[in-house]
Amino acid sequence: MIFNLNILFPEIFLSLSIFIILMLGVFIKKSFNIIFNLTSLIIITTIVIILSNSNNEVKIFLDSFTRDAFSNYFKILILVSSFFVLNSSKTFIMDNKLDKFEYPIIILLSILGMFFMVSANDLILFYLGLELQSLSLYILASIDRDNLRSTESGIKYFVLSALSSGLLLYGCSLLYGFTGSTNFDLIADQLYKDNKGAVFAMVFILVGLAFKVSAVPFHMWTPDVYEGAPTSITSYFAVVPKVAGLALLIKFMFIPFSNILLEWQTIIIFLSIASMILGAVAAMVQKNLKRLLAYSSIGHIGYALAGVATGVISGYQSAITYISIYVIMNIGAFSCLYLLKKDGQYKENISDLSGISKKHPILAISLLIILFSLAGVPPLGGFFAKFYVFASVLEQKMYPLAIIGLLTTVMSAFYYLKIIKTVYFDDSVISFESTKNKSAQFSVLVSCVILVTFFLYPSIFNNFVTSLFVN
Amino acid sequence: MNFPILSTLIFLPLISSFFIFLSKEKKNNYSAIYISLFSSIATLTLSLFLWYSLDINTPEFQFIEEKSWINNFIKFKLGVDGISILFIVLTAFITPICIISCVNSIKLRLKEFLIAILILETFMIGVFCSLDLVIFYLFFEAGLIPMFLIIGVWGGPRRVYSAFKFFLFTLLGSVLMLAAIIVIYWLTGTTDITEIYEIKIPKDYQNLLWLAFLSSFAVKMPMWPVHTWLPDAHVEAPTAGSVILAAILLKMAGYGFLRFSIPMFPLASEFFTPLIYILSIIAIIYTSLVALMQDDMKKLIAYSSVAHMGYVTLGIFTLTKQGIEGSIYQMISHGLISAALFLCVGVVYDRLHSRMISTYGGLVNYLPKYSFLFLVFALAALGLPGTSGFLGEFLILTGAFQKNYLAAMLGTFGVVLGAAYMLWLTKRIIFGVTNNSEIKKLNDVNKSEIAMLASLAFFVIFFGFFPAPLMETFSVSVNSLIDNYQSALNAN
Repeated sequence: MIFNLNILFPEIFLSLSIFIILMLGVFIKKSFNIIFNLTSLIIITTIVIILSNSNNEVKIFLDSFTRDAFSNYFKILILVSSFFVLNSSKTFIMDNKLDKFEYPIIILLSILGMFFMVSANDLILFYLGLELQSLSLYILASIDRDNLRSTESGIKYFVLSALSSGLLLYGCSLLYGFTGSTNFDLIADQLYKDNKGAVFAMVFILVGLAFKVSAVPFHMWTPDVYEGAPTSITSYFAVVPKVAGLALLIKFMFIPFSNILLEWQTIIIFLSIASMILGAVAAMVQKNLKRLLAYSSIGHIGYALAGVATGVISGYQSAITYISIYVIMNIGAFSCLYLLKKDGQYKENISDLSGISKKHPILAISLLIILFSLAGVPPLGGFFAKFYVFASVLEQKMYPLAIIGLLTTVMSAFYYLKIIKTVYFDDSVISFESTKNKSAQFSVLVSCVILVTFFLYPSIFNNFVTSLFVN
Repeated sequence: MNFPILSTLIFLPLISSFFIFLSKEKKNNYSAIYISLFSSIATLTLSLFLWYSLDINTPEFQFIEEKSWINNFIKFKLGVDGISILFIVLTAFITPICIISCVNSIKLRLKEFLIAILILETFMIGVFCSLDLVIFYLFFEAGLIPMFLIIGVWGGPRRVYSAFKFFLFTLLGSVLMLAAIIVIYWLTGTTDITEIYEIKIPKDYQNLLWLAFLSSFAVKMPMWPVHTWLPDAHVEAPTAGSVILAAILLKMAGYGFLRFSIPMFPLASEFFTPLIYILSIIAIIYTSLVALMQDDMKKLIAYSSVAHMGYVTLGIFTLTKQGIEGSIYQMISHGLISAALFLCVGVVYDRLHSRMISTYGGLVNYLPKYSFLFLVFALAALGLPGTSGFLGEFLILTGAFQKNYLAAMLGTFGVVLGAAYMLWLTKRIIFGVTNNSEIKKLNDVNKSEIAMLASLAFFVIFFGFFPAPLMETFSVSVNSLIDNYQSALNAN
């Protein structure tokens, strides 16, 4: 038992810390700053705990909880990205009077939910983790409760997400009915191609997961929620839950559904193609940067799903590499939004960026790097992400998927170029305040430096990612 | 040789652009200008040293640098042979000229412009040095970013349209090449081209892969019918941008055919030869006719570039020694001549801010030195014997006559058209009647302009009379290219 607790230590630490800072927040007045800094500290400590933990695969609690290299990698990715998202948005939170002490605590709670999601080896634990995460996200989406749009987006997200959770739960119960177990390994043993009921269940589960990563056609909530929620929440939505959702998709494909891979694959190929096309086409006409980034994230999930769709380990690895680089790019992109401040207002329209290269050359060049990287132009990081995905897709001889993906890359390049055009070619209209938002600047800097120097050592993620599937 | 001379050559401009980025913005940007001039001249010296120390009696790649790069399966591999060295020297030679030219003509954000030019130089040299398909693709595509900015930020009134067209056309062509590169990797297990040369790519794959590479090179070359981005890009780009575009970026595609398409897919190259002939002939005849109708000087020269590139593709796919040697010669000479012509347009554009032919006329009376230099380049562009333009076209047509009479005949007809539009342009600008009173007040070319144009004119005439330095450099490599091609055909 003691041994088991040791394995669960990161989760235990995280939950205890959440309780403690919740109490602190209740009893100390104006506690946002303290809680916020403690949250950062907790995140860093959890990273250290996970790193000091071994990566050997252990299953505990009747094989319902796994700790292995795969879950540890995703936990660290989730923590690091949350850390950057939180810290870069601090000034934004203060400026928009969102500095309630619950804010960082709810984020920690959602992280805890994601921890159980990526570690789950059992349908029940998986669902519990998913719901903990989703409930936290509902609150986060509507955290600016006096703002009509934020509330609206929160309700919208809640209703749709509850529906998808329901479908997912229905799928889980069907799966239990047809295989007689909730354990992933046992399900995998019981599942065969002719088990039509299980295929039915698989579709429901896939719908639920596709909703969480906002793959087309389950993406409807994304643009509205991204636009309506405060930018600091949007950046969290765009990055962290996507990572957890993709981890689950891969895990489901890898363990419980590995025997009905072909059926599963067909659907993912469709989701991938649809997301890539819609992401590219719909983003072209957007005028709001957050909305544009929402569509761009839909497109990017499409590319990551293309890696998943291959159904082989090298494909999963490329998808994980893709999502890791995606996280870096999106943190940079959203941190740029925190620097667009004018008269106390944060600007979020593309036209507000007009000609900023003249007055804010550093910000402009950062945007240039991040946007070209998002478009996948070499030699920036985003190119390598796409390169790995298409390499594994073509290895499986899935030529139509690769060709469609490459063509949508060109289409999506168009709207990234449109922003760059606004930044560099158009006449200067407004000049932003020279902000003292050091943490956002730092995030932009880190993201740009990684993206620019990525070509020096492009296999940096591969080395980690190859070790995730040793078993 | 242990000293990584090729990496130094590639990354020297990049590093100096970083220093320019750090340099303080002062009134005349002297530090930025001096750093960029110094670094580009250092690059030129280094490339000349490379040319000097290259052993031209062997077709092997030399100065090879190899580093494991992506997971040990893709290597960062550089090397030069007799063909690529000339393009490297051309790049290194054109860049300082561009820098000198933009000091006069770029008024806004000179520092950023110099950074863009130097970064572009890095990518261009990288393209000609790379011996790995992925590295090649990386540099080939990366060049889009600085060029997009050069056209878009410093360009003319329709710069946004042109920059987008340039970027999207090229990207669309190139993504198919990326797919082909990955497929080649899964077929052969390597992207190192020296290894791919040894492994024969299966016949069923060759045609599709060749077409994928063509889609990229045809846009870049540019071949008819995907050439439409070029006139727009040229017209809107600032002078230095046009010069680099015409002199070097267009040569990447011709180089790509020689380095990748023919040696890797010899059977497909043979199979598609008629297609290339047709496209080349259309390019030569059709764009020459279009050039005749232009009233914008830059557009006229841009269309003439398409026609000249038509000769290059025609020559490469004759797959004869004369044809290929002529094509390489034509690319180098066109690099010098078109650069010079765009500079000439830039000289008068800086003074009168008009590219329209009708604005000018009778310049010979007021700008005698300028008129003389313009005439030299115009005659070189139409292929007058004694200039470098003649030799290239002559050799290409000699090669073409060995393979296909019809193509050669039509190509020869294109030479006449070329003479027509160039001479007519000269007649309207240099001679004729001066209607515009402002021309009378113009100053003749100043010292830096003379330095740029005269150095180009010197080489245009020098290589017209004395082609040996170039010919000897690539002759052995071309021989081995054709030998390998023939043996691949015979083996089939």
